[in-house]
Amino acid sequence: MVYLTRKAEFSASHSYHNPEFSPEENRRIFGKCNNPHGHGHNYTLEVTVKGQVNGRSGFVVDLKQLKDIMNREVIEVLDHRFLNKEIAEFANIIPTTENLAIDIWNRLRTKLKAAELHRVRVYETPDLFVDYFGEA
Amino acid sequence: MKAYLTRRYWFSASHRLHCKDMSEAENKEAYGKCNNPHGHGHNYSVEVTVAGQVDPKTGMVCNLADMDSFVHEKILQRFDLENLNTLSEFQGVVPTTENLCVELYGILENGFRHAAVEKVRVEETMLNSFEYAGGREARH
Repeated sequence: MVYLTRKAEFSASHSYHNPEFSPEENRRIFGKCNNPHGHGHNYTLEVTVKGQVNGRSGFVVDLKQLKDIMNREVIEVLDHRFLNKEIAEFANIIPTTENLAIDIWNRLRTKLKAAELHRVRVYETPDLFVDYFGEA
Repeated sequence: MKAYLTRRYWFSASHRLHCKDMSEAENKEAYGKCNNPHGHGHNYSVEVTVAGQVDPKTGMVCNLADMDSFVHEKILQRFDLENLNTLSEFQGVVPTTENLCVELYGILENGFRHAAVEKVRVEETMLNSFEYAGGREARH
């Protein structure tokens, strides 16, 4: 099994707020991330797929296809969006980096044909990232 | 759903690699320039990975404020701008980055209660990094 990782970048804004919490609880738990007007990040996405190296092409997966799928399914959807307001999946789910990694996994999993999705890593900043491997 | 959250922190410290049980020649052979008696320093980067179910109410594996305050109090305040050889942790242990990594994992594993500690990764320089995820095989 060989693992291949492709990076992409997108920029988006978000706000952390749970309507079941009081305003005080929201501020205590989420701090400045609770600002209702949102704040933004330059996200870096790393998608890792795994598979056997094709004997003829020498590829695990055609990078052009992977890049196109990532662009179509993730980057074009999320780039320059306010995640809470513009992405239906985050209407009732807080767009934390954890939930963003899970959401991106769900967008990509069924779209990859040649190789199996292994890991989605989302960097919110260079010093903070989340890995999701599709675990329940 | 289980996710893995990694946060990177930085501290700077000096150390000297020297083993009292080795001769002067053996120390020079084993540690080279790192055996300089006056020590030398690094900007260490520490990546702390915690794992767990994403809390449906907060969307988080672990509140970063809890992680930041623990690491700041128990690790950064203790190690930043120190000479590692002078600290109690390294009186009988050479402060290599392997041993530093095991030590930092122990501090987190024994004290951090907000999420399960999965792994600690320490970069001594951009070219050297060390990882420890627990287990009995750390030292022999």
